[in-house]
Amino acid sequence: MTAALPDEHFFRRESGRLVSTLTRMLGVHQLALAEDAVQETLAAAVEVWAFRGVPDNPSAWLMTAARNRAISQQRRERTARRFAPEIGRQVDAEGADAGPGTAVAHLPPALRDDELRMMFTCCHPDIPEDAQVALVLSLLGGFSAREVAGAFLVSLAAMEKRLSRAKKVLAGTRELFELGARDFETRLTAVQRAVYLLFNEGYHGASPDSAVRLDLCREAMRLVALLVEHTPAATPTTQALAALMALDAARLPARVDEAGDLTELSRQDRTRWDGRLIAHGLELLEASARGDVVSEYHLEAAIAASHALAPSADETPWADIVELYDTLLRIRPSPVVALNRAVAVAEQLGPERGLEALRSIPDAQRLAAYPFYPAALGELELRTGHVLEARGHFRAAHRLARNGAERTFLDRRLAECERRLGPGAPKAASRPSARTR
Amino acid sequence: MSEFLYLYRLPADSAELPGSPQNMQQRLQKWTAWFKELESRGHLSALGHPLENGGAVVTEGGRAVHDGPYAESKDIVLGYSVVKAKDLAEARTLAGDCPVLGYGGMVEVRPIRQM
Repeated sequence: MTAALPDEHFFRRESGRLVSTLTRMLGVHQLALAEDAVQETLAAAVEVWAFRGVPDNPSAWLMTAARNRAISQQRRERTARRFAPEIGRQVDAEGADAGPGTAVAHLPPALRDDELRMMFTCCHPDIPEDAQVALVLSLLGGFSAREVAGAFLVSLAAMEKRLSRAKKVLAGTRELFELGARDFETRLTAVQRAVYLLFNEGYHGASPDSAVRLDLCREAMRLVALLVEHTPAATPTTQALAALMALDAARLPARVDEAGDLTELSRQDRTRWDGRLIAHGLELLEASARGDVVSEYHLEAAIAASHALAPSADETPWADIVELYDTLLRIRPSPVVALNRAVAVAEQLGPERGLEALRSIPDAQRLAAYPFYPAALGELELRTGHVLEARGHFRAAHRLARNGAERTFLDRRLAECERRLGPGAPKAASRPSARTR
Repeated sequence: MSEFLYLYRLPADSAELPGSPQNMQQRLQKWTAWFKELESRGHLSALGHPLENGGAVVTEGGRAVHDGPYAESKDIVLGYSVVKAKDLAEARTLAGDCPVLGYGGMVEVRPIRQM
């Protein structure tokens, strides 16, 4: 037994790297072949490394083995035979300097570009947004269809269908997206959006498994780091996106505890926030301000920075935050943003004004399945002393809760309502006359 | 102490395979831990080797049958080790912790014939 694996997500990350590079070499129409070769290579690595130990340069080992497999599979299929020697040459040249270090900065530029190009390829305009995110997770993140389905609470069959449809579109493109292409800017916007959605799914998402959610955040941050390190992609908007993720992720240690339970922002132990990530996020935010663009990511990052810089919940600059939300709503109107704004209004001007803001959200019906809408109503009703109404809203939220962490959180709020009501309170807010009947 | 050959077998159509990269990494970690445990308890006579899938079966007259089937089953033999145990019962117990069992495989335990 020799070296240990570099870290617990090594295979996953290598999978994305290998698929990207093989796909560039074989052509995107051979994506399935590349994926098979990578899958088999990883399985073979398990068997060989179990007996022989992990080699000194596991990344190079995998690249060579995957190349050999792709070549022999191609021979077997007797298609594009002429590609084979070319692949061999390319991988020899690149694999040689693929050191054991796995940080983005240590990857040879060619391999980093393969991943970037794959990311841009996945965000093809003919592929719907949700499928782009699924593709990025599957091809670059090394998540299986089952894992992606689990992360988005979609059935495996539905996710397989979504992925295979998207891959059909990809196959039609034949080559990975050229980073120098004329529509680079447009595609970059789609890539930023996909990475943002991926991060959000991890941060606020529905998966019942908190480990999965953290993995999604981590993967999104890895991908945004690739963008930040690649000059043409490192626009102020990309930097703002990276800032937003760093600042939000900094709160994760206090937001989700060991049991996977959620703690709301106002109650978080701020000493558990990650100071390094906050500093990194603030640096990125500053860098992002050099352009003349104010994107939605700038605004969200500025909101996250306001929280990160407040020494305590009471010292949060709520007026600034409400203003940032107002601007954000103008750029990207969304009921979820309006919901967050209403919560900030409640902090700034009191729960009654917050309730008004909540009730006047245009297209609030789009929040019908979102547990945090009734939860916010419950919270503000509770603060105005309408405990029965609050309990009704928390119960509604509980019915919509998508995972154990959300349910546990709402159980605690419901217990708080019961405590305030005391014994002898009516059992249901919606039927106050039940006892007298 | 007697010696036993462990053959790590996997049905070729094992439904559990191939799994996600994350599953595979966990699988590797389990194998590494398992071998380490056998070794530290003095049970590992020979770590053995992983085996390629495929090969040939040679019969009298030099006729070679490629690509199997070599035996009745269509199992893939992933590899083998030689393990020390006091009797078959202990060898079976030790094999019961083998990671291959966790993904649809099995361990064939064969006593090595003594002099």
